[in-house]
Formats: sequence, C-alpha cells, structure tokens
Amino acid sequence: MRFRLLVGLATVMLTLPAFAQVDPSGEWAPRFHEDQPERIPGPEIGDYLGLPINDAARLRADSWDASLLTLPEHQCKPHPADYSPRGPANLRITKEVDKESQEIIAFHTHISWQAPERTIWMDGREHPPDYAAHTWQGFSTGKWEGDTLTVTTTHLKAGWIRRNGVPRSDRATLTEHWIRHGDYLTLISIINDPVYLTEPFIRTTNWILDPRQQITPYPCDAVVEIERPKGTVPHHLPGTNKFLSEFPKKYGIPETAARGGAETTYPEYQTKMRPAAK
Amino acid sequence: MSDRQVLFPSSQRRGGCAERSEGADGVVSSATHFGRTDHPGASAWRLSRLPSSARRGIRAVFYSLLWLGLSTGLIRAQQNSEIHVLHVQGNVYMLVGAVGNIAVQAGNDGVLLVDTGAAQMTDQVLATVKQLAKPITNRPIRYIINTHFHPDHTAGNEKLRAAGTTITGGNVAGNISDATEGAALFAHENVMKRMSAPTGSEGPRPSGAWPTDTYFGDKKEFFFNGEAIQLLHPNSAHTDGDSIVFFRRSDVISAGDIFMTTSYPIIDLRNGGSINGVIDALNFILDLTIPAEKQEGGTMVIPGHGRLSDEADVVEYRDMVTIIRDRIRDMIKKGMTLEQVKAAKPTRDYDPIYGSTSGFWTTDMFVEAVYKSLSAK
Repeated sequence: MRFRLLVGLATVMLTLPAFAQVDPSGEWAPRFHEDQPERIPGPEIGDYLGLPINDAARLRADSWDASLLTLPEHQCKPHPADYSPRGPANLRITKEVDKESQEIIAFHTHISWQAPERTIWMDGREHPPDYAAHTWQGFSTGKWEGDTLTVTTTHLKAGWIRRNGVPRSDRATLTEHWIRHGDYLTLISIINDPVYLTEPFIRTTNWILDPRQQITPYPCDAVVEIERPKGTVPHHLPGTNKFLSEFPKKYGIPETAARGGAETTYPEYQTKMRPAAK
Repeated sequence: MSDRQVLFPSSQRRGGCAERSEGADGVVSSATHFGRTDHPGASAWRLSRLPSSARRGIRAVFYSLLWLGLSTGLIRAQQNSEIHVLHVQGNVYMLVGAVGNIAVQAGNDGVLLVDTGAAQMTDQVLATVKQLAKPITNRPIRYIINTHFHPDHTAGNEKLRAAGTTITGGNVAGNISDATEGAALFAHENVMKRMSAPTGSEGPRPSGAWPTDTYFGDKKEFFFNGEAIQLLHPNSAHTDGDSIVFFRRSDVISAGDIFMTTSYPIIDLRNGGSINGVIDALNFILDLTIPAEKQEGGTMVIPGHGRLSDEADVVEYRDMVTIIRDRIRDMIKKGMTLEQVKAAKPTRDYDPIYGSTSGFWTTDMFVEAVYKSLSAK
C-alpha cells in the first residue's frame, strides 16, 4: 500500500508542469558597478586586458578600425546575445505560458540598445542543424537547475566580446546562469569560442527590479555617413595601428598585459606584471 | 612519367581552383605529384605538338576529371548521409549534403533547381526533390540553373535534367517531342565553353550535362512559379561563368561559390576567376540584399557551401576577403615575393575559421591565387 502511494505521488509529481522555480520576469534596470569603464564610455583601442584570447583574435582586434561602423551595412547591427547585457541594457523578461497546461513554453528578453528580442525555449525542443541560419541572438534553450535558469545558446552570428574589435566567432556557444535574489538579478555568462578563445570567458552582470521602467523604441535607419569608393572596408594593415600603444601608456600598464591572453585573467599575473610596470 | 604526367607542367598547375589537388582521393594526389616534374619545358613541348583544339580538349577533360575526383573525395564521407532539406522562405528550399548546396524552387508550375550537386549524390538528390515537390506540385522539374561549371555543382545535370520536361513549341511543324525531353538547363555561356569542346574534340562533360540555353552579357530574366527570377553574371569572380540567382518574390539569393561559409573563396584563375572579381561580386550581392530589421533576415543567401546566411553573414565574409586582399596588395607594393607573402601569413587571424593546411583548397593556395590575381597584368 505504501509502495503504491509512493508510485502514485511520484507519477503526479512527474506530470506536473515545469513551473519557473524563481520567476525572472519583469523590468530590470542595469547596474554598472562591474566593468563600468568598458561598458558605458566604452573600451579603449588596444585594451584586451583580462580576455583569454589567442593571437588570431589579437590581430583581428589590432586591425579593427572604428570607422567600420560608419558603413551602412554595419550601422544597425545589434549587440549579439552574449554582449547585449553588457551595454546600455535595460532589460525586460516576459514568459510565454501554454494556456492549457500552464507550462512555460519560453522566456522572452528585450534589451534597450538596438532592441534585440530573444527567445529562450523551455519546452525541450532541439537546437537547429548546423546548416541553419545564425542570428544575432542565436538559438537558446533553458532548463532549471534548482533556482537557477541555465541557458545554452548556439547559432550565433559572428560578433565581439569587447566592442573595440575583439572578435567572437560564429562557432562559439554561450552558457548562461540566470539567478534571481529578490529584487536583484545576476547573469553569469560563459563563452566558449574554439576559434578566438583559449579558455572559456566568464563575466557577471547585474540588474535591479524596476517596475516603473519604460523602454523606448529603438529604430535604426542606415545611411551613408561618409562617401567612399564602393567596397571600401576600413581597417588597419598589420603593424600600422598607432593607437594601440595609447591605452597602456595612459594607464601605466605593461604593453604585454594590455595584449590580453588567458594568463592575464588570473590573479597570479599581478606578480608578473609588477616588475614589467617598473 | 606517364602520358598524363607530361601534359601539365608545374607552371600551369598553380593558382587556379581546377588545380586543387591535395584531396584524400588517390587520383587527386597523383595529379599533384605529376605536376612536380623536373622537366617542365620538355612537358610543355610535348603538349605543344598536339593540335590546339586537341590540347584544349585534353586539358578540359583532365580538369573535369580532376574536379570529379575532388567531388568524389569530398563526398566520400557523405555517401551514406542523407540530403537535408531546409525551407528558406517563400517558394525556395535549400538542399544540403550533395557537396555543393542546391536551391529548389517549387510551385504550381513545377520545379526549378539551382545546381545539381556531386555525381554520387544524384539519386538521393532526385529522390529528395520528388519527395519535397510531391505535396506542392504534380509537375516535373522544368528548369535547372548552373551557378558555374564545377562538377561539385553540376555533376547531377544529366540525370536530373532527364527527370524533367521542357514545354516548347512555336512556329514549327511536325514532331518536336524530342525537344520536350528533359528540363531546360540555363547557364552563362562560359559554362558551356568549359563543359563542351570544339567540333571534332571530345568535351570534358557529356552533352546531356551541357546547358540547353545560355546567356551572355550581365543577366538573364524569366518568370516561374509566380516570381521573377534573375540570373546575374559578375565578371571574373569564382570563374568567368558565374551566375548569381535571385528569386525576387521569395527574396532569396543563390550565390554559388562566390560566397561560402566554410572556406576562403576559391579563385579559379585558370577558368577566369579573380580576387577583385570575387570582392565585386560580394559587394553586388550586398546591393541586392535588404535585411528585415537590425541587419538580420530579409533577403536570405544560400552559399555554395556551408550554412544558410543573410546580409550580415555576407558582410562578414566580404570584410574578411577585402581585408586580406588589401594586406596582400600592400605586400606586393612593397616588393615582397610570393614566398615572403606566404611567410608573413596575411590570413592568420581568419585561418581558424576559413583556413586549411590540407585538402583541396589550402590557405597557401588561396594566398597564392590572390597574389597571382593581383600581380596579373
């Protein structure tokens, strides 16, 4: 009899809809206490501090010219899913619930800058095949791990991990852990990029609940800002970017540290940096 | 040294995409080998003893065989795999798994294919097309378009064309039923030149694989399944016979090998390709594409190889090709030799994505093709 009760109880529990453990839905205002200089004024040219990048990423970043963003075809790009929480990122999270079963089908996010819309599927669907199109927000599926919403994202378009030209390839995957503590929301994001990173790149970002938040529309209309010969792509030829040395000089940082790399992301690197800074 | 070996002195082997010769396939490897003759002059002399039409024919046959060999090597891993179907938008679908991607447009009027894939995959392609078209139309394959002549995109021409029908007629009398046999096959006239041979010579491809209708100039237009279709010819890009196919209502472009997400652009110098032509063609594709919102969606682009794309993906690729072209051009201006340019690794920031040290189109071959294309007078 006791066994039957247990089986019955287990059956009922297993057939319950997958409700959100701690619902992250709401209007969230960003907090910039982490990485403020990089996130709001924006990173300086040649600042690769703390990025576990390889030589290929370094050369692409060295070659990057901000004038690229004046080309019409570059003007309306939104930040990709892994970067958009880092910018001016007023965030709205809504949930989509199946009317009949009351199961959560998906969470949807909307971020203020360039208004990227993202869907995190919660209904167990598979990711698309590798020949499907990639998008700025990628294809995301989520699952609950305790009270943490863990999200896996694939099919991202080629993007950037710092908006001074440090690249992130379209082969990268993004793992996120969304954690809500009352009125605070923390995102831990982990980027794995077999092309440009030698180690997973981990960042945290925080928001505070703001029920009065109003996110305005963000239309974008590409225009010709500078007349150039057709097909011009602004970039620096290798060894010619004279701006690279400005950042380490300005802050008294050894040039080797400014070049980034996995080693520079660990506290032990400080002991190595001190003599180099003298 | 065999007869085949003496036909292709090393000076003729380098640079063009038809010379890609380092595939896993044994036939292809041997082609690489016999190019490394110690006596290129003697080889050229023996070839020169043949009449020019025969030389052209032999060369064409050889390079087509080489391409077929490459296709064979490339698809070896895919022989047991399926052809995958991805609905792009509107009437257009993308078939993946036949080595080169295939676009299918299906509607009330019948079926249109852009490219036909590698030979060994033809039966699977045909079965997939029939299955795909069955709920859409009871009419057959009516048109095939070739984006260029390489066999990884055209080896299925004969069989797939034979499965179709052409509607024809006009000011003729008598029985013209022969003319209805097989689908119409459209391509730029330079595709015909590469597939056929002058009278009296054997063409590199059987006549059943040749285009039935060619165009010259920069475009051909027609209307099928309720939408305008444009074949747009860029000068001297991947080859000299490329067509970009634009389905205007579905808002889908089939780019052929001008755009690929899997490798550096293949520049078939021997068959009229050029680096600046590839860049011009990529910019031309960007003139046609219009993103729906925030640089995403809208006009979709089917690459010759790789995943479905949109304007932003073509922009990424165009930027990469342009930056590498600019670097190599700068090195040439500085007087650097090809070996010095290769040693400087002008592609090293993109190599983890598009580069290769083995296979039929290596990074070195790409750099060499760009160098030679820019150095050509």
